[in-house]
Amino acid sequence: MDNTVEIRWHGRGGQGAKTAALLFGEAAMSLGKNIQAFPEYGPERMGAPVASFNRISSQPINLHCSITNPSLVVVLDPTLMGKVDVTDGIPKGGAIIVNTMMKPAEIKKQLGVAELKVFTVDASGISKETIGREIPNTPMLGALAKVSGLLDYDMMIKDMEKKLSEKFKNKPEIVKGNLEAIKRAYNEVHGE
Amino acid sequence: MVKVVAKTGNEAMAEAMRQINPDVVAAYPITPATEIVMIFAKYVADGLVDTEFVAVESEHSAMSACVGASAAGGRVMTGTSSQGLVYMYEILPIASSLRLPIVMCDVNRAISGPINIHCDHSDTMAAQDFGWIQMFSENSQEAYDGLIQAIRIAEDPRLRLPTMVTTDGFIISHCMDKIELLDDADVKNFIGAERKAADSLLNLDKPVTIGLIDLQDYYFEHRCQVADAMKNAKQVILEVADEFAKKFGRKYGLIDGYLLDDAEYVVVALGSTCGTAKVVVDEMRAKGVKAGLLKIRVFRPFPAEEIAAALSKAKAVAILDRSDTWSAQGGHVFTEVRSGMFDLKARPKMINYIYGLGGREINLEHLRQVFGDLQNVDKQPLVQYLGVRE
Amino acid sequence: MKQEKPGWKNLPLGDVVQAGTAESFETGDWRSERPTWHPDRCIQCLQCWIYCPDSSIIVKDSKMTGIDYKHCKGCGICAKECPVKPEKAITMGPEGK
Repeated sequence: MDNTVEIRWHGRGGQGAKTAALLFGEAAMSLGKNIQAFPEYGPERMGAPVASFNRISSQPINLHCSITNPSLVVVLDPTLMGKVDVTDGIPKGGAIIVNTMMKPAEIKKQLGVAELKVFTVDASGISKETIGREIPNTPMLGALAKVSGLLDYDMMIKDMEKKLSEKFKNKPEIVKGNLEAIKRAYNEVHGE
Repeated sequence: MVKVVAKTGNEAMAEAMRQINPDVVAAYPITPATEIVMIFAKYVADGLVDTEFVAVESEHSAMSACVGASAAGGRVMTGTSSQGLVYMYEILPIASSLRLPIVMCDVNRAISGPINIHCDHSDTMAAQDFGWIQMFSENSQEAYDGLIQAIRIAEDPRLRLPTMVTTDGFIISHCMDKIELLDDADVKNFIGAERKAADSLLNLDKPVTIGLIDLQDYYFEHRCQVADAMKNAKQVILEVADEFAKKFGRKYGLIDGYLLDDAEYVVVALGSTCGTAKVVVDEMRAKGVKAGLLKIRVFRPFPAEEIAAALSKAKAVAILDRSDTWSAQGGHVFTEVRSGMFDLKARPKMINYIYGLGGREINLEHLRQVFGDLQNVDKQPLVQYLGVRE
Repeated sequence: MKQEKPGWKNLPLGDVVQAGTAESFETGDWRSERPTWHPDRCIQCLQCWIYCPDSSIIVKDSKMTGIDYKHCKGCGICAKECPVKPEKAITMGPEGK
């Protein structure tokens, strides 16, 4: 399957897992990639575990089946671990990025995944400090960009700034906060 | 100027509707088609279109309002899915027999029961006998392009037939994909500024009555006219597709082949499954198996001659149906393809898979199995259910 | 009178016909009972005109002036609805007498 990268996002209904997948897809497309972004099909239920997905490729994407073996998994809500099998189907050498204050080694042990790369970033904390609310999906975009290496950092920031400025024309502080959140998560995500 | 954007199937259809700027849209919400009309209603509220939006209390009313508005001479669109489409069934043949070129966004979804909101083709396939042109889309781009072409096809003076353009529920309707949009002005030029209705209830210079009771002496003639229009529809659909390709570069046929010319083992499918099948065809080719795909884009009218010609040299053909006829003889596509192949001197062996009902996953593994079966086709039953627990 | 009907190739498409042709289709011979208007008793309330299902009450200058026997099917609604008492301004009797 050439160079298609498949990504799964885990969150709870209302936390923006779908939005994150759409935003990441749009960002990747702006940088010239072919993309797909789709939610776990079904009725939205606030608070219930939900998943969303991305395919990113330099080739046109024909596949329309679901994603069962993502090489990258993003966990927006650490309380899902243990309730949802967030590592399900990740092939050896794949990576998981968790929004948590814990260290990668601790998460690795908790999940029992010696063969996977584990990354952590305190996206909730970052979003509170930069945006003023707990919106972990925005900083996680930055963390995913870093870990995946799919997007050029400078181009991504430029593109995000453009999109956010269009969306929040009269609220420059929101644009600034969101950008800061992405930048910080990009720099603060670490793993092993 | 080509504009590349990321859009879901529903967003792509709503965007096409904005550019088409119909006179009247009457619709009622239903998952997974709700978004199309929801987004479009926002365009109406924001003044981006001139459309009279009629919020009705049911799909039966939606299609009835569309029939009235279209009889009045307007360019009319709607969108629905599943039970909504089923609830329109009573009015669908009225639209076609009165030759009203209504264009519908139809998101394929299983029909109840049991109740289910996910993709299969049961809703659309059950509407195959109502005199509507039916076009399936593999992805958002095809849905967008198809909807714009559908206006021209439906309103062609040789046809004047209502047309539905479908996407696969959730799989395409809710999947964000990269698509190329046309300029508003290009769309307008392509479809024409307004519908040129031959007759209209609002034309006071030539008052007409539309839809009288038609008994033994006239009903048959009027239905025969629909049959004749359907015969002409293949030509018109191809002409519109050719003009679209010349102007905008993307080429569509009644059927589209993928590595089909020298293929020995062929899968026939509709909609989003074709994309996944292409990946497996590539895999098979890499292994030296002469695999191919035949995508049926237009199901009504049914391109039987084209399919027979395209499959005449194949060794074995698997026809994939995302719906069942409950005839105990296979699905809708199988029955039609097999009938279309009957007069060939030498026919490939044909088998049928009914798959994906109620949104059941169809993945690479399933399609690998199908191509595997085709290489061993004599041991296969006529009809199999793919991906179901026994 | 035998009329040649067009085949599907010559028939206008889509069950569309010229409007208002009911006027040229005479239904007066369907009548078995015949209404009679008595102008001397009529109070010009136009209830008959309102209720007639076949537009067979002839009104000129806002006045009831007679009955269109070419189209009246003799249903008797006009006579039933006529409010004039003790004797109605429209009465029904057998046709052809």
